[in-house]
Amino acid sequence: MSLESMYQQVIMDHAREGHGRGLVDSDLPAHGESHQVNTTCGDEVTLRLGLDGDRIASLSWEGQGCSISQASISAMHELIDGESVGTAEETLEAFRALMQAKGEHLDEEREDLLGDATAFVGVGKYPARIKCALLGWMAFQDALVQARHASEGEA
Amino acid sequence: MLRDLHDDFPLLARTVRNGRPLVYLDSAATSQKPLAVLEAEAGFYREHNGAVARGAHLLAEEATEAFETARDDVARFVGAASDEIVWTSGATAAVNLVAGGMLQASLGAGGDEAARFRVGPGDRIVVTETEHHANLIPWQQLAARTGAELAWIPVDDEGRLDLDGLDRIVDERTRLLAFTHASNVTGIINDPEPLVRRAHEVGALVFLDACQSVPHIPVDVAQLGVDLMAFSGHKMLGPTGIGALWGRKDLLDALPPATFGGSAIRVVTMEHTTFLDAPQRFEPGTQPVAQAVGMGAAARYLMDLGMEKVARHEARIAQIMREGAAETPGVRLLGPVGDVDRFDVLGLAAVVIDGVHAHDVGQVLDDRGITARVGHHCAQPLHRRLGLTGSTRASAHVYTREEDARAFVDALSDVRTFFGVNA
Repeated sequence: MSLESMYQQVIMDHAREGHGRGLVDSDLPAHGESHQVNTTCGDEVTLRLGLDGDRIASLSWEGQGCSISQASISAMHELIDGESVGTAEETLEAFRALMQAKGEHLDEEREDLLGDATAFVGVGKYPARIKCALLGWMAFQDALVQARHASEGEA
Repeated sequence: MLRDLHDDFPLLARTVRNGRPLVYLDSAATSQKPLAVLEAEAGFYREHNGAVARGAHLLAEEATEAFETARDDVARFVGAASDEIVWTSGATAAVNLVAGGMLQASLGAGGDEAARFRVGPGDRIVVTETEHHANLIPWQQLAARTGAELAWIPVDDEGRLDLDGLDRIVDERTRLLAFTHASNVTGIINDPEPLVRRAHEVGALVFLDACQSVPHIPVDVAQLGVDLMAFSGHKMLGPTGIGALWGRKDLLDALPPATFGGSAIRVVTMEHTTFLDAPQRFEPGTQPVAQAVGMGAAARYLMDLGMEKVARHEARIAQIMREGAAETPGVRLLGPVGDVDRFDVLGLAAVVIDGVHAHDVGQVLDDRGITARVGHHCAQPLHRRLGLTGSTRASAHVYTREEDARAFVDALSDVRTFFGVNA
């Protein structure tokens, strides 16, 4: 049944565990914060990001929402916290592609990059839920832009 | 008893996800259309399409006739005179027409006649905490632009209007009281009487949002005693893109228009324009004629069914959904269960399920072919007041079967099992 394929166990686990939940103060000079709202349901997330050179040295978030949005943020945190900005951006692009794939799997290279987050493949079949799954990723993208501005200002 | 109407609504015969039959329970968002409406709209285009109120050829005459007959039917449906019905693109546009007209008046338009619509510093506009955003934001904006104060009647924990402070809130400074006839979240049907009485006591105008009442219960403007009222076509089995503003004729003739263009005018010179009386003064430009014809057909369809019967049918659906939801462990029904014999609630049930987000609830329902609405239903302040960000709502109409209501209730208990929150 399609419902089980959408709510895979790994998604339910992430929704419960919430990796990276709880905003952390960062004393890194290059930091950004983004607040995103899903206007359909009013779900929201605040995400904080700190860069140490080219590395995502600090990533934390606070928010509330459906199991898909919460699990997606948690999975994202696991994937990109501590990674290089380049890898994180590639992961973001892969996740976006997965959401646009209408339930089809991606090539092996990008699925490797996504790890646990490939479990969200079923969400792509439900256009109304794609926004839920992307909420945290959009916050990450926005916070990253700000962090880069901050670091350019520093230099 | 209302007969089973599925045969009149072709869309209801389709299947949805996994080939399941459709259980359509999102009528408070938009209703499905009977053949009578589909055929009226298509028939207008097929046989009578022409420019309304312009030109002297036969098609122009027939189109004008169809357009005005539809107005007559919609007027009769709510107990109004035809020249008190203004076509709008929807109920939202109807609220904005009045708020925008009041802004024009406040800027000095409309002369002495428009004085009763002027608001400014020291004046009050009153709404309620239950309002749909469409009957809140236009008034909020009007207040912000004119310096008037926006006040509101609060609700209690059940979502009922708390009228204890009515006289204090609707005070001598109040120029307009806007409120909903029936809540699209709690389903509560408000008794307008005490609100109308107090507003008129202090000389305030009363604006009623009747989007959720007109399609479901008998509504007669004279009985209600309000001054202005908005309702939409697509929620009452009619097309999208059409709605109506009803207003007392003397008020409509005095309210300055806020959108301008052809057909709404008496005399135009390069310097100056004088406007027609209502309703034409508010209908500049080419109107949604086919949609108006469709809305007229919807009004006739409902009148043929009989609104008393419709109300009784939906009260029965309300009872199944609301009692069923309230009795399901772990489910919170928004608003009271209601007393269906008194017709004090609509045929809808908005619920929250402990530990499961509305979107996730909606997904399980969708998987079973049940279309419910999830989210805040354009009523964020009310949800906030009830301590929520969103809910899952099932809502009925004339075509809703008792088994549809039961399917919704059954699904609610299964949601908790699916997400493992039964423990």
